[in-house]
Amino acid sequence: MLNRLTVSELTAKLARRECSAREATQACLNQIARVEEHVGAFLNVDTAGALAQADVADATLKAGASHATQPLLGVPLALKDIIAVRGQPLTCGSRILEHFVSPYDATVVEKLKTAGAILLGRLNLDEFAMGSSTENSAFQLTRNPWDLERIPGGSSGGTAAAVASNEVIAALGSDTGGSVRQPAALCGVVGIKPTYGRISRYGLVAYASSLDQIGCVAKDVRDAATLLGVVAGYDPRDSTSVPQPVPDFASALTGELKGLKLGLPREYLVAGIDPEVKATVEAAIARLAALGMEPVEISLPHTEYAIATYYVIAPAEASANLARFDGVRYGLRVDGADPIEMYARTRGAGFGAEVKRRIILGTYVLSSGYYDAYYLRAQKVRTLIRQDFLKAFEQVDAIMTPTTPSAAFKIGEKANDPLQMYLEDIFTISCNLAGICGLSVPCGFTASPRLPIGLQLLGKPFGEADLLRIAHAYEQATDWHRERAPLAVA
Amino acid sequence: MSAPQMDIRYVAHLARLALTPEEEARFGAQLGGVLEYFEKLKQADVSGVEPMAHTMPLVNVTRPDQVQPSLPHAEALRNAPAAANGLFSVPKIVE
Repeated sequence: MLNRLTVSELTAKLARRECSAREATQACLNQIARVEEHVGAFLNVDTAGALAQADVADATLKAGASHATQPLLGVPLALKDIIAVRGQPLTCGSRILEHFVSPYDATVVEKLKTAGAILLGRLNLDEFAMGSSTENSAFQLTRNPWDLERIPGGSSGGTAAAVASNEVIAALGSDTGGSVRQPAALCGVVGIKPTYGRISRYGLVAYASSLDQIGCVAKDVRDAATLLGVVAGYDPRDSTSVPQPVPDFASALTGELKGLKLGLPREYLVAGIDPEVKATVEAAIARLAALGMEPVEISLPHTEYAIATYYVIAPAEASANLARFDGVRYGLRVDGADPIEMYARTRGAGFGAEVKRRIILGTYVLSSGYYDAYYLRAQKVRTLIRQDFLKAFEQVDAIMTPTTPSAAFKIGEKANDPLQMYLEDIFTISCNLAGICGLSVPCGFTASPRLPIGLQLLGKPFGEADLLRIAHAYEQATDWHRERAPLAVA
Repeated sequence: MSAPQMDIRYVAHLARLALTPEEEARFGAQLGGVLEYFEKLKQADVSGVEPMAHTMPLVNVTRPDQVQPSLPHAEALRNAPAAANGLFSVPKIVE
């Protein structure tokens, strides 16, 4: 049952020698063997490598190492298959990288290894992180552990499903428009997307470079704080990482919320929200008020433009980033009569439908004659969206919204309607455009079927400690985060 | 006002992306709907607003010009679809 523990519970047991890292790793591997055929969170499980890492962790513990210096020593984790681990597959959920093996470690992976973590394997995702349901993986579906007929969210669907089904203790994903927070919400776990520049993106395969950020998924807020503390920090190898000191996030978890102001954007509690989600979030507002926060109505007037802005900018950046997949230096190659035919055939055979759609869309909005009308205009609206948030944060300490407009939808329900799928990102997308931080914490369930609902907190640039403090206090006052899917604890 | 029609075959060529006729028809219809949705952006008043490429205005980020460890030759070629004589092999470009 060691796989059911949180990071803090497991490290306490390891420190007291009540269990070994090998036992914890084996417990996770056993759970993977038991539930993976239903959940499908993993694209690859590195059983031998994980057990070898566990033995090293046990030897290190025996030699007297402590979790004060290695906070994840002996803790089994896994990574979204878009973060490079030396010698491991790096498919990005795409046929074009089906046989790619990473020649180096991402900076976050170096940090996890230094902190003593055990890396179990590669987690499923929408191809190149483009999607909101993980249905765009070229390899397999991932199912929501709460209801196997439903999607786990996306694009970090494997990440959230693996944590929610107790296959791993915690995991990393990436979030370009909500891809950590939305699956965390739909699977009933905690997900944090830190401020743009907080975590190095060296070794994270690029989708939309001005929006991408690595994020953490965990069973509770304390674990998210621990994981974030390990992977955050300036990195000279990522020129967009910001030289900003990393606070001790755990020390922010004081439970004290008195005097903090909670912004409620009037634009977010309108059209399209499921009534159960709305009622649940309203109850959470009341709970936070009872804990001492002062709710303040605010306005983010450019919210209605966020989705259109994102789906101009992100595909534009993607069309440039994915130009590197041309069959020359790595990945799939389909031969042609000349290089141009080789590029086109390789990309036509290697990319899935959603990636192709976004490359076409991005190429179009950047093309001569359309650049000003779409891309340049979207960049200006982006400025307005960021200004909305900076202005709101002059009045409030954090902003609260639902993470998603409804609970997990059924597999296939939106698969053939890209626009409907894009509208799913309504609450999470502005955060990336504005470059601020966001977190999703479980806040209740729908009645029938019983599906998790997530509460989103948005914070000031580099204000992760505030979000963690609020979410932690909320968690202490509720029990939602202790609930596990029946499949995870059967 | 309706969105302009996209010449999907031309755009796919710019993107070096081979599409089947079925994909051209399907993506064309789907992206037509998305472009229609983008018309919304025209309602925003952006007069006098500076475009933002990036939320963290870090400029001229440089590093010292020093030799750093880099990938060994064999590692760099490890994922190559075709390699010979320590080089990537590609189709003939110049006659």
